Amino acid sequence: MGLFKSKNNTHSDEKKSDKYYYASQWGLMARKFRKHKLAMGSTFVLVIFYLTAIFGNFIAPQGTEQYDGKFVNCKPTPVHYFHEGKFVGPFVYGMKTERDPVTFMAQHVEDREKICRIKFFTQGDPGGEYKWLGLFPSNLHLFEAEDGGKIFLFGTDNMGRDLFSRVILGSQISLFIPVVGMLLTVVLGLAIGSLAGYFGGWIDTVIQRLIEVVRSFPQVPLWMALSAAIPKTMKPAQVFMLMTIILSLVSWPGLARVVRSKFISVKKEDFIMAARISGAPGSKLITRHMIPSFLSYIIVDMTMSIPSLIIGETTLSFLGLGLRSPATSWGVLLQETNKLETIMFYNWKLIPMIFVFLSVLAFNFMGDGLRDAADPYK
Amino acid sequence: MDNVLLEIKDLSKVYESKGVNVKALSNINLTVKKGETIGIVGESGCGKTTLGRCVVRGIDATSGEVLFHTDEGVIDFLKIKGAQMRRYRKDIQMIFQDPYASLDPRMTVFDIISEPLRYNTKMSNREIEQAVDRITDQVGLNKAYLRRYPHAFSGGQRQRIGIARSLILQPKLIVCDEAVSALDVSIQAQIINLLEDLQREYDLTYLFISHALSVVRHISNRVLVMYLGRMVELGETEDLFRNPLHPYTKALLSAVPQPDPDVTIDRIVLEGEVPNPANPPSGCPFHPRCAYATDQCRKEMPPLKEYDGRLVACWNIK
Repeated sequence: MGLFKSKNNTHSDEKKSDKYYYASQWGLMARKFRKHKLAMGSTFVLVIFYLTAIFGNFIAPQGTEQYDGKFVNCKPTPVHYFHEGKFVGPFVYGMKTERDPVTFMAQHVEDREKICRIKFFTQGDPGGEYKWLGLFPSNLHLFEAEDGGKIFLFGTDNMGRDLFSRVILGSQISLFIPVVGMLLTVVLGLAIGSLAGYFGGWIDTVIQRLIEVVRSFPQVPLWMALSAAIPKTMKPAQVFMLMTIILSLVSWPGLARVVRSKFISVKKEDFIMAARISGAPGSKLITRHMIPSFLSYIIVDMTMSIPSLIIGETTLSFLGLGLRSPATSWGVLLQETNKLETIMFYNWKLIPMIFVFLSVLAFNFMGDGLRDAADPYK
Repeated sequence: MDNVLLEIKDLSKVYESKGVNVKALSNINLTVKKGETIGIVGESGCGKTTLGRCVVRGIDATSGEVLFHTDEGVIDFLKIKGAQMRRYRKDIQMIFQDPYASLDPRMTVFDIISEPLRYNTKMSNREIEQAVDRITDQVGLNKAYLRRYPHAFSGGQRQRIGIARSLILQPKLIVCDEAVSALDVSIQAQIINLLEDLQREYDLTYLFISHALSVVRHISNRVLVMYLGRMVELGETEDLFRNPLHPYTKALLSAVPQPDPDVTIDRIVLEGEVPNPANPPSGCPFHPRCAYATDQCRKEMPPLKEYDGRLVACWNIK
């Protein structure tokens, strides 16, 4: 017995390992997650995306309803630092319109004579007012070109709207619909899955069959049918809510299955029986032992389900069944790309796709890292 | 009958799956006296773990009674519920085989050990802390480690945590389900000594389930041999080990390794495998592997008969 009490560790050794020994399950997971470089990088990317979305109205130079008929289908504006070899700081050249001598298409080219410096933290043009988080009215924007200069970092669309602004404002929809939809999915999946897993028997059978029915619907037509039911006169905010509901109605069965199988497998664990023998009532058994034991897996599953929701929202909007202009999302922006013309002449309009791609990839990598971290003993 | 603690009567457990009934436990009858240790042995799948789990109500028995003798009279532990359950739950506890799977990895050692107190008593936090302190001392755990999580401990230490958890309610009966099988031999000895010390101190009664025959011989007062969910032989430990009556017991005991190289033992090597409990053989379940099997053995189930102070289920012992 004394063997265990007089551990002959040196002091420094004990100090070093103490942190590990006292680490909770979550502590161990965080440790493991931090070692996953790709997942950490992805998390960083996602944090930036979401911060940009939250401060979107401030970062975007234009609001969703602003446009400029003079600058239709403008190329991305290059930002310069040097004018004729002299450093002037960030600026853009003024723009003038020319006709292409061969195709006779109107083109916007830089006017090398006119330097418009970029100012930061400026009051925007009239029409750029917004309410931050729907609460604080403001017209403060991150940057603006002086003297009527125009900055279109990602170019403009066929109505002269700044694509950079629209990508950022669109991310407010495209990045938050999946999160809200996922939360709904979790509520549905957790409730239904735990019912099936904990009680088993005929309840389980009924729920299993229901899941199979829901899953055997082809996803896109189902989305289309449901979205077609959204009245066209609805406000964007309401459309947003309805879309999250539609997306989560289609995606809960996956999570319900995970929860069910976890319940069934954890029910047989020794430590659950041990808790029952020590007199734990059913409610404590579920909340103190069962749910914590697979919570990490649910979080992983949640993270992994966000990409499909992002794609879902994009698909719906792309098909014209989700939000409609002037409200914007990445899918709405990509609607314009369904013409050959776009790819030939205005390929910058494909930029929103990069963001869909990046966010889906980042969520997948983060999910990978979380999954590896979820089981710290392996 | 004053010092009887527990009477297991006709305890059976049938698993049903897809129309096939598997009789994991058939008609177990066992009277356990206060303060004694009953070893339960048999090969894998003979139902010894099922027996232990049914007694503590870790799983529900199909039929039978577990009569628990309390100060207020005899109660059927398998049928009590509600307030009575809350009252007597703590008296019958269990030590698990796998010290890794039986501790919730998400709780600190302190939480694990104190959990039963929170469900069964109305102790204040201070009292709980004192109780945990006392018990960790007794099982030989360092108090400084109480805030750690189970992953920081070795198998032997974890088993001590499990023992502390089952002891903290001061139970009357502990089912030790292969409590030392997962441990190194040296640690086994420590844990066995610990269990013996605790038994003396608290007047504990053990149902000691194990396949390690030498350990059972060391710790038990009486031994129950099981085969295919049935009782085969029950007797005083030394009698049974010196002179096994049932052919199965003989074969089982001959498998014990001898530390003395000069002692030659006639190993009885059993032919064949344990029959499928879903489709048990007719008559004596052991007859397909028994060297002495007669026609009677093949047709009729032998009853458990008293012979020389022992209970044996065999037709050939007269």
